[in-house]
Amino acid sequence: MELKDKLLSSYVAFENRVNTNSDVHEIRSEAFEKFEELGFPTRNLEAWKYTSLNSVLKQDYSLFPNKIAAIELADVKQFFIHEIDSYKVVFIDGKYSSFLSQTTHENYDVCLMSAALNKEKYKPVIEKYFNKIAKQDNLTSLNTAFATEGAYINIPKNTEVQKPIQIINFTTGSETATMLQPRNLIVVGENSQVQIIERHQSLTSNPVLTNIVTEIFADKASNVDYYKIQNDEITASLVDNSYIEQQSNSVVSVHTFSFGGNITRNNLNFYQKGEHIDSILKGITIIEGKQHVDHHTLVHHIEPNCESHQDYKGIFNERSTGVFNGKVIVEKEAQKTNAYQQNNNVLVSDRATINAKPQLEIFADDVKCSHGCTIGQLDDDALFYMQQRGIPQKEGKALLMFAFANTVLESVKIPEVKQRITKIIANKLGVNIGFDL
Amino acid sequence: MKYTEDDLREELKTKEYEYGFYTDIESETFAKGLNEDVVRAISKKKNEPQWMTEWRLEAFRVWSKMEEPEWANVTYKKPEFQEIAYYSAPKQKPKLDSLDEVDPDLLETFKKLGISIDEQKKLANVAVDIVMDSVSVATTFKKTLAEKGIIFMPISEAIQEHPELVKKYIGSVVPTTDNFYAALNSAVFSDGSFCYIPKGVRCPMELSTYFRINEGGTGQFERTLVVADKGSYVSYLEGCTAPQRDENQLHAAVVELIALDDAEIKYSTVQNWFPGDAEGKGGVYNFVTKRGLCENNAKISWTQVETGSAITWKYPSCVLKGNNSVGEFYSIAVTNNYQQADTGTKMIHLGKNTKSTIISKGISAGKSQNSYRGLVQINSRAENARNFSQCDSLLMGNECGAHTFPYIEAKNKSAQIEHEATTSKIGEDQLFYCNQRGIDTEKAIALIVNGFSKEVLNKLPMEFAVEAQKLLEISLEGSVG
Repeated sequence: MELKDKLLSSYVAFENRVNTNSDVHEIRSEAFEKFEELGFPTRNLEAWKYTSLNSVLKQDYSLFPNKIAAIELADVKQFFIHEIDSYKVVFIDGKYSSFLSQTTHENYDVCLMSAALNKEKYKPVIEKYFNKIAKQDNLTSLNTAFATEGAYINIPKNTEVQKPIQIINFTTGSETATMLQPRNLIVVGENSQVQIIERHQSLTSNPVLTNIVTEIFADKASNVDYYKIQNDEITASLVDNSYIEQQSNSVVSVHTFSFGGNITRNNLNFYQKGEHIDSILKGITIIEGKQHVDHHTLVHHIEPNCESHQDYKGIFNERSTGVFNGKVIVEKEAQKTNAYQQNNNVLVSDRATINAKPQLEIFADDVKCSHGCTIGQLDDDALFYMQQRGIPQKEGKALLMFAFANTVLESVKIPEVKQRITKIIANKLGVNIGFDL
Repeated sequence: MKYTEDDLREELKTKEYEYGFYTDIESETFAKGLNEDVVRAISKKKNEPQWMTEWRLEAFRVWSKMEEPEWANVTYKKPEFQEIAYYSAPKQKPKLDSLDEVDPDLLETFKKLGISIDEQKKLANVAVDIVMDSVSVATTFKKTLAEKGIIFMPISEAIQEHPELVKKYIGSVVPTTDNFYAALNSAVFSDGSFCYIPKGVRCPMELSTYFRINEGGTGQFERTLVVADKGSYVSYLEGCTAPQRDENQLHAAVVELIALDDAEIKYSTVQNWFPGDAEGKGGVYNFVTKRGLCENNAKISWTQVETGSAITWKYPSCVLKGNNSVGEFYSIAVTNNYQQADTGTKMIHLGKNTKSTIISKGISAGKSQNSYRGLVQINSRAENARNFSQCDSLLMGNECGAHTFPYIEAKNKSAQIEHEATTSKIGEDQLFYCNQRGIDTEKAIALIVNGFSKEVLNKLPMEFAVEAQKLLEISLEGSVG
């Protein structure tokens, strides 16, 4: 059975398990109809011109994994940023794991979407924010239709969250193939501050397809610092749909590190709804084999005096494919906008492909908008210089790649995260570089 | 009184099209509508050989199955293709030996356009193949060119006189199946220019054609074919202006360039079709397919100054098939009032060591929309390909828009691609600096716009550069001194 038909026919069973007599379920049903109409995206859509999901959709996914697989902390400790104290919201095969998690309701809520959707006391927040900025496109609608579980974070105003929050989705491979659709909602109040680390990890090589939607609302003068670590098994595919709404004077930065996985698609959307906002989008992609990573960003400048900074670096090996589609829209009211977009790529192999499409759509005249996109190679002279001085070729190349990616790495604010990323990159490049970045 | 940007905007809004006039020449026009019979009739009218008729019919069959493209960033009322008359020719058959025999009305028209044939003959050393409503009415300098073995004639004559050349090259770069408008053009093209430069010949003068739409309700379907044989060089100029008209006019031209080994073609366009009035009423729809093919060591350079047309849909492209071939694209696109332009280029790198340069300058004023849409594609066998692209936009007022849609596809690790784009307005501090030095605001804007476009203007041949500056003046009058 086609995956679409399977999803459609499973909806009745799904409805038996959830409270259908609620506002949330009305939203779900609408989204379900939308997905029924749109189906999965194909390459005929301009937004999916360079990414085909066909190979991924062929698998016979189990939609609601039932078996509870036990995981020992020792086995998965490496996937946490365990050097620091943090809140943890952990899911195993889509189900909340209280054993691995550390949540809180003191001062602020770091807990579960399922609780937020069902309990009366969260109702005002859900009513105000749930599915309010998520696009009505095919995959987001699919996620909304089946939205039950995920992380729910609500920070009231004037609050600084003391330690970072880690959101981790494990898949155990207890089913031959698993499809997950987590749904996160993050609301950050006026003047508040939070750091979040998100990771998806499968523990076996059974195929996984994750279609995640995250909505983030950053109120006035808030500060959100978000890190996505994508270093999954080669059999796992990920479609990440993130929607961020910012109010005046807020700063939101999202770093996306894409190293693993089969097909990874990042839809990152920023909507600036106030003045003096700063949006930061950064990413490092290093892939090989037949891996495919697609960054699809949108920054919508609606009000005056805002800024956006995009910086994406990509290194492509073997037969891998990289896609960068960055769009900046400046509305005519958004005077004095400063939008900057940078995309640099290195092709290491003859069979790797890069497709880039940096777009600007500008309707205001007093703005500073620029974008730059380059595709090139490592500097042979620099490599030769290092080899002359006794640095082996492999290490030399690695050093050059670190230097290439450094503008993104250096803006990581949590030292432990920076260290972890550095380590992953070093592993990826097969070198043991003993320096701190 | 101080001349402010608001004044400029006001002036731009009320600016009427200067060259709007209409020459009353008796024309022979087909009934409106398009079907196989009309295609056959056009072909018969032209006394074309069987293969040409077949070629047109095939194109028509392909076209009738195609749908109009909608991906461009423009909105307009689609032309009703059955409401267009597909053939129109001035009645007097122009087999003329000298200018005296040309209809005085026609000569008057050219005078208004500022194109004096005599002057051009004597002073500018330009051979002009004038296309008036689809049929050529005067060809000059044919003799001088013939001595060098250069063929420069209307394509309808070339089909009669050099069928082997036309048959070999027509549709080889832009196939009939390429796109909706190219297919339409292939089916119904009435005339155009054909140019062949023999091996090793350097064309001694700039070849040039002036196009004009001059019959209400007729679309103009020009077909241009330029072939530069091995080691030859030619510089080709094309420019146009059209009379003011309420009804939308469709213009769907096809230009094919073929540069064989070591050849070089420089193709310059100044486009000034009627852009519609201040309310966005009328104006020409310009849907053009232009493409060039480069063999080994060949070079094709497109330069365009686009100031006219209500809708522009135009992507002069280079297929860099041969090793070491070079493609260039220099463009200034100016939009005002309700004009919409979606223009850019495609650089397809197939051969080794191929290079391409793209410089695009967009200036938008009034309520216009100006888009750059480009593709740089490096194929897996294109070793050491190099591309540099720069797209700059200048906005005047906050009712217009500037857009960039660059597509970059690289499949070879030795490729080096750089793309940069900026958007800006004329800075208050820039104007202040000029004012301080006694340059009034109007002159200062002229200075800045000129500087902004300089990289492209410099690429135009001398004769054309003057006209191009004139056109910029008309499009942004009050701003360019």
